[in-house]
Amino acid sequence: MNNILTINNLSKKYYTKEKEILAIDNISLNIEENSITAIVGPSGCGKSTLLNIIGKLDKQTKGTIKYNKDKIGYMFQTDCLFPYLTILDNCLIGLKIQHKLTKENIDYVKKLLSDYGLKDFINSYPKNLSGGMKQRVALIRTLATKPDILLLDEPFSALDYQTRLSVSDDVYKIIKKENKTTIIITHDIAEAISMAEKVIILTKRPSKIKKIYKIELTNATSPINNRTCKEFNDYYKTIWQSIDHNV
Amino acid sequence: MSKEYIDYLKREKINKLLVLLFQILLITSLLIIWQYLADKKLINTFITSSPKKVINTIIKLYKTNNLFNHIWITTYETLISFSLGTIIGLLIAIILWYNKFIAKVIDPYLTVLNSLPKVSLGPILIIWIGPNIKSIITMSILVSVIITIINIYNGFNNTDKNKINLLKSFNATKYQILTNLIIPSNYKIIVNSLKINISMSLIGVIMGELLVSKKGIGYLIMYGSQVFNLDLVISGIIILMLVSYIMYIIINYIEKILIKSD
Repeated sequence: MNNILTINNLSKKYYTKEKEILAIDNISLNIEENSITAIVGPSGCGKSTLLNIIGKLDKQTKGTIKYNKDKIGYMFQTDCLFPYLTILDNCLIGLKIQHKLTKENIDYVKKLLSDYGLKDFINSYPKNLSGGMKQRVALIRTLATKPDILLLDEPFSALDYQTRLSVSDDVYKIIKKENKTTIIITHDIAEAISMAEKVIILTKRPSKIKKIYKIELTNATSPINNRTCKEFNDYYKTIWQSIDHNV
Repeated sequence: MSKEYIDYLKREKINKLLVLLFQILLITSLLIIWQYLADKKLINTFITSSPKKVINTIIKLYKTNNLFNHIWITTYETLISFSLGTIIGLLIAIILWYNKFIAKVIDPYLTVLNSLPKVSLGPILIIWIGPNIKSIITMSILVSVIITIINIYNGFNNTDKNKINLLKSFNATKYQILTNLIIPSNYKIIVNSLKINISMSLIGVIMGELLVSKKGIGYLIMYGSQVFNLDLVISGIIILMLVSYIMYIIINYIEKILIKSD
């Protein structure tokens, strides 16, 4: 498969008044087109920093990133919906910013909203939606600008467990249906195994790549079902053991 | 509706009426006591005046002295400085948000100016601008603008960083972040500072009028004290109370309309 993204020897240092901190230490990796990659690591290890650099919200200190396609869509931990905009306007904000509010694009967003069960809420405000729905709206807002690469920064961590399972299932289906290359950051090993084809384990700070697992599940369908695949527990066990636990 | 609910509504209503009753009772008994003490010559009405004298003074002001002209001048000065103070404050807050360097440089000056009692600048204003309406308005703007800048700028700075990042991920310019996020999400803070500003402006105007004016409610109070006419002083204060209360009611009403959408 084609690599959509190649990272070479990437490092990131932070500077504070007291000291300099090496957050990312010489990471190299490839992201294949149309794949889902999960990045897992102990909290505070620099996962989000890595994602921010890929998403061009932050700059690396050293190293290069080569993009074959570089339209980025970002989804954050919190839904970040604007309370003063309707659901439709929230989804259109990216297009508005990029001056791409064409009829075609607006119709595309409306179609996404109705495809993914939000048709009746187009003119509602975020406060009228459940947490899971808001996260779906956030994903549609990200998809609206037709990005080539989706970056999801712990997108479900603000949700309760039940909602989290069903939203991750929904999001997975949407991503697969829209055929998007996706990098997802999570601290939830089960989530990573059930959603991704490749799981990258980072060490604690300064983060390096500790190991990369290719996930191959028999009869893989969707995240909730994947949790019952026979290989799931083995993956869970090995990944759990390879993560640095700073307890 | 259940019986308990009807009882609850009734109790609430009675409670509300009771509060209102006592509010009226309080003011009328104060007025009656004041008048009683004056009638019995227990207080010197030359110094304390009396409700009847105040009413007569107000009627006389209305008949001979263009009462409404004085009220209008004060209101007019307040509205001008309110609008200017708000607009200038908002603009400066936006500039500070745009340029963190300027904000850092100016920070200690804002703190000093905010804690400085603005009335102390009165003499300078009179000399620089002259004893006229301009120095009253300048004084009033000085009173309201600093606090406006500080309040609105703080609101701007506390805008959700994640949302700013979201817009940045769409390659938004700083101007787009301002118009799409910073201003609309701080709408309540801006409206709230309108509310603070109207009373700040009135304070500034009265301070200015006490110092320089030839018209306005502040002038009536100052003039009254200079000729030792306490009836006029107290009447002026009571008119001022009414004016500021009416302004408060109006701005409250406007606030309700502006924040209705939530």
